[in-house]
Amino acid sequence: MVNAHRSYILHISIIGMLAAMFFILPAYHVGNLSRIMVLAVYAMGFNVLFGYTGLLSLGHALFFATGMYGLGMAMNTFNIAAEPAMLIGGICAFLVSAVIGFLALRTSGVAFMIVTLMFAQAGYLTILYFGAYTRGDEGFVIPQADRMIAGIDITGETARYFSALFLFSVVFLLIMYLVRSPFGHTIVAIRENEERTRMLGYDTVRHKLAAVIISGTISGIAGAAYALLFGYAGATFATVQYSIFPLLWVLLGGAGTTLGPIIGTIFMFYLIDLSSTVTQAYMLIAGVVLVLLTLFAPQGLAGELRRRVFKWLP
Amino acid sequence: MKFIETRQFRLRIWGQQLMLEVDQIHVAYGRVKALYGVSLTANAGEILCLLGRNGAGKTTIMKSIMGLLPITTGTVKLEGKTISKLPAYEVPRQRIGYVPQGRRLFPELTVSENIEMGLMACNEHNETREWVLDIFPRLRERLNQQSSTLSGGEQQMLATARALCLRPRVLLLDEPTEGLQPSMIEQVRQVVVRMKTEGVAIILVEQRVDAVLSIADNVTFIENGRDMKTVTANYLRENPALLKEHLGV
Repeated sequence: MVNAHRSYILHISIIGMLAAMFFILPAYHVGNLSRIMVLAVYAMGFNVLFGYTGLLSLGHALFFATGMYGLGMAMNTFNIAAEPAMLIGGICAFLVSAVIGFLALRTSGVAFMIVTLMFAQAGYLTILYFGAYTRGDEGFVIPQADRMIAGIDITGETARYFSALFLFSVVFLLIMYLVRSPFGHTIVAIRENEERTRMLGYDTVRHKLAAVIISGTISGIAGAAYALLFGYAGATFATVQYSIFPLLWVLLGGAGTTLGPIIGTIFMFYLIDLSSTVTQAYMLIAGVVLVLLTLFAPQGLAGELRRRVFKWLP
Repeated sequence: MKFIETRQFRLRIWGQQLMLEVDQIHVAYGRVKALYGVSLTANAGEILCLLGRNGAGKTTIMKSIMGLLPITTGTVKLEGKTISKLPAYEVPRQRIGYVPQGRRLFPELTVSENIEMGLMACNEHNETREWVLDIFPRLRERLNQQSSTLSGGEQQMLATARALCLRPRVLLLDEPTEGLQPSMIEQVRQVVVRMKTEGVAIILVEQRVDAVLSIADNVTFIENGRDMKTVTANYLRENPALLKEHLGV
């Protein structure tokens, strides 16, 4: 079978499995999985930049929060309906990532990490400073009555789960297509050897900027979806912690693999969830498991799978 | 211009046409000067070899032509058109292929994807892909293999194939036989000679003097960032004392 066919079958099967989980899992885990799928979209966005392009951003929370506040403020402050508000969230993330990308790509390596971190910190402080509009640290709730898409109330468990699954599936397949496209090969080539890519005649800065924008916009859409599905937007989502989370998810799952973000997000979510039922020092358990994984699966779970068994995994 | 002419017709077209002209270029790595007014010319269908000791500036010349190092003064012209002001990514699009020292493949990509990268850069398609794979039939057998798993010789073939995907008018080869076994060296030599007969202007950096003498038309000695002397390969064969003078061998 051709690798592309295998890949399509695998990805569609995973979407099918996630759909089936709704009918199999108890309500608690269904709720968790809705949240995980949205966060996995955020991780997939991050993976485009980090895993495929080789640019480590420590400020992705800015894009996530931009989408979240773009939607939240459009709905709460301007009374805009959920669908256009979602679009506004995505557009805000697109614009912010274009500006940040344009400025941050003047640097590379460690400097890029620091610049993105600083921009995210500036974003976080901006949210706090304009507390009169953003409700600062406290954040704000999006009223349940407003959370309707195409006449469907998405606050119910079923609608929320399948909305999250729909978003996840679209982004999952989009990224699978993207990484197999000429653009995908070019950003991987940039990750492998930027100078060599330029020597072949590619404008690497333009490609990296496109990767920042795609990555930031997907992260922003994830933020907007999170606010819409779970009814809350808060400054917490703009903190450094939320820039580190997608890095952990992607590293654990496998950077530069399409499956890595969802595997990493599920793994990390349940690692913390389960270990917190055992002890209050759950982060200690999480830390030990992470160290072990880093030692024995340095390429992440999906990365190791690809290295050892399924070499065709995209 | 596509290279689809017959060999004879092609040679008639290019003849002694000046293809690449490097005129008095000065290059520095930060404050450290590396090239002091180097001048070279490469004609269509000819091989110019750069000979010099390690650190003489041969690779710096190649990188400067490709726009990877900023030229402080001097110009590089391709068929009379200045290319030294172009951004680095535009230089290969002028159909200048560069095979750097150490091959520098994209290890995560397959052989096919590496070739694809070369084709996409200049909007070349299947015809060129087939042409390249005909030149390197070994690569056709390895299309789905990750390039990092190829042998040294195969990696060199792939690096050269990728540069040929641009349908180059000028080909820069930086120590293409480094670390290769004799049979592979012969294959590389055959490809270089084939490109020459197809009218490509070739600049070759090579440490192996015997290889240089067997294929080069002209030889330029590079010392301490300067072009010391350019002679024909025939002249060098008849005057081996020049090698002693410039290389100490």
